[in-house]
Amino acid sequence: MEVSSGITEAPSLVLGPLLSHWPAERRRDFYYRIADEADIDVVCVGEVVCAKRSPLFSAYLSSVLERLQHAGKAVVRSTLALVVDDRDLGGLAAVCDEPDVAIEANDMAAALLMRGRPFTLGPFVNVYNEGTLRFLASCGAIRACPPAELSQRSLGALAAAGACDIEAQVFGRIPLALSARCISARVHGLSRDRCRQVCGDDPDGMAAETLDGQPFVAVSGHVVLSAAVTARLRDLARLRFLGIRHFRLYPTGMADMVGVAAVFREVLTGRLEPAGAAHRLRRHAPEAVPSSGFTAAPTHDRPSVATPRSADRPEEGGGT
Amino acid sequence: MSAALELVCPAGTPAALDAAVAAGADTVYIGFRDATNARNFPGLNFGREEAADGISRAHAAGRRVYIAINTFPRAGDPGPWQCAVDDAAGLGADAIIVADIGLLAYAADNHPSLRRHLSVQASASNRDAIAFYERAFGVRRVVLPRVLTLREIRSLTAAIDVETEVFAFGGMCVMAEGRCQLSSYVTGHSPNIDGVCAPPSHVRYQTRDGRMVCSLGGFAMDSLGPGESAGYPTPCKGRFRVNGSTGYVFDEPATLNAARLLPQLAAAGIKALKIEGRQRGRAYVGAVVAAFRRAVDAAAHGNEGVSGDHLLAFSEAGRYTSGAYRRGWK
Repeated sequence: MEVSSGITEAPSLVLGPLLSHWPAERRRDFYYRIADEADIDVVCVGEVVCAKRSPLFSAYLSSVLERLQHAGKAVVRSTLALVVDDRDLGGLAAVCDEPDVAIEANDMAAALLMRGRPFTLGPFVNVYNEGTLRFLASCGAIRACPPAELSQRSLGALAAAGACDIEAQVFGRIPLALSARCISARVHGLSRDRCRQVCGDDPDGMAAETLDGQPFVAVSGHVVLSAAVTARLRDLARLRFLGIRHFRLYPTGMADMVGVAAVFREVLTGRLEPAGAAHRLRRHAPEAVPSSGFTAAPTHDRPSVATPRSADRPEEGGGT
Repeated sequence: MSAALELVCPAGTPAALDAAVAAGADTVYIGFRDATNARNFPGLNFGREEAADGISRAHAAGRRVYIAINTFPRAGDPGPWQCAVDDAAGLGADAIIVADIGLLAYAADNHPSLRRHLSVQASASNRDAIAFYERAFGVRRVVLPRVLTLREIRSLTAAIDVETEVFAFGGMCVMAEGRCQLSSYVTGHSPNIDGVCAPPSHVRYQTRDGRMVCSLGGFAMDSLGPGESAGYPTPCKGRFRVNGSTGYVFDEPATLNAARLLPQLAAAGIKALKIEGRQRGRAYVGAVVAAFRRAVDAAAHGNEGVSGDHLLAFSEAGRYTSGAYRRGWK
């Protein structure tokens, strides 16, 4: 089995979609700057969390897509992850029906609607193994960013299967869950139907901390994100060796993504060591935590992201 | 009078299976004793021989048995999951409940006559996603995610060609099923991979300043004053601080109870009702199944039927919710 074949191909940087809700003009200007200044190969644009957010940005969408494409970026249209009602499905079908569109599927409805045309798989589609990857490749999937909880070993096995390219998140808050109800509306005492788009009050997600003050998650509408902004600089070489070719950076409200992308590019091309990169990254993303792997708990082959402050962590093992 | 809904009931042990059959379950669903099912707890689930015996006892009583193989096979190690599918077919299970696309493909290729149900863990919440699974793998039934209102269920069942099963009672996931990595993030143990959410091995109870702090994996999930009670410290049922105030940010600890909604669910076109709780004892199974047997039969005869309120002793924190079935909840 050839597990390191991907290392010979140039790595690509993917800007993941915005998962929190920004004002339309801020969104537009953000992508204009990405188009003009960022060393990023693929840019994902589109609403993943809530269909109610899309109309505000739609006035600027075509000029954003044009500017990105003109700047040589490959543009991927990210699509909704929790597709429930007719409005959700209608919006998804409209994107999938566009000619020559490249979409990121985050719900299996998209795989049906693409009818065999190529698409990519976002982290809200459950790709855990080679069998699933092969089947979805036969449906048209050309790249997959599996759920964040997959171990490096699993990502390597998926890459080795050769069915399609594998992508891994290496920067930003980690998407952890999709809530059936809108959490932002709930916290503000509103219902989803009359939410007044309060998720827009927190462009970086609404921080939820434990009762003893430990940062836990950030929520934005239906999505739950890690409080920690991960920066997997130290994992890059290992991931490349395992055949992962695409590296996803999720935008955050605080980070300068042009600078973040530049740091990751330099590490990927060997011009910068991870240790020095962490120092540089701090200038562009002060809240980022240099980390390795996914989980907050030190188990298996999934090393620690952010060690809880509490010293009374239970012993490993037992139970399961 | 209308056709009675199929009552699909949990069993984590042979004793619970017998209790479910005795209390009037139409169908019992079980899992094998390993990570291939989403209730992978110590002392729970069925060895192959126990499953064979349970299936023959249920069949002798004229009831069905479904086998849940509803976690996601590990990359590089599909063997245990494929073996579970092979064994379910060999043991004469009436259906398998599967979430993973690769495993559905395996089952459809190797056991085409074994009935395939789509697990709630596949999170198929709309007609196009369900059509994908139906066309690709011949899925005959979908267990609907607990994200849909009654109205949404009604329009969905009208738009699809497969049977639908919905949750009627039991533990309540507020996160879209199969798409929640909170337990995995906090404890390293994943519902999708390990079949475990918030394992007891990672739960700690400690007294601090006169309050009982429940933590999971080193993160405090709740802090209780004297006389306060709380549910099990799963991350989605915890109390957290947001914008300076404290509360159950995602959902209050409560048990789903749709007993009062059975006539509306039947009118919405669903085929089957699912009781959650393979991790619960036979007392729970016997009492809940008996109550829902009466409620299902009453609804089939056009009566409003049973509230299920007398089951409160089996609920989380002594509270019920109708979850997403009522629109205002969302």
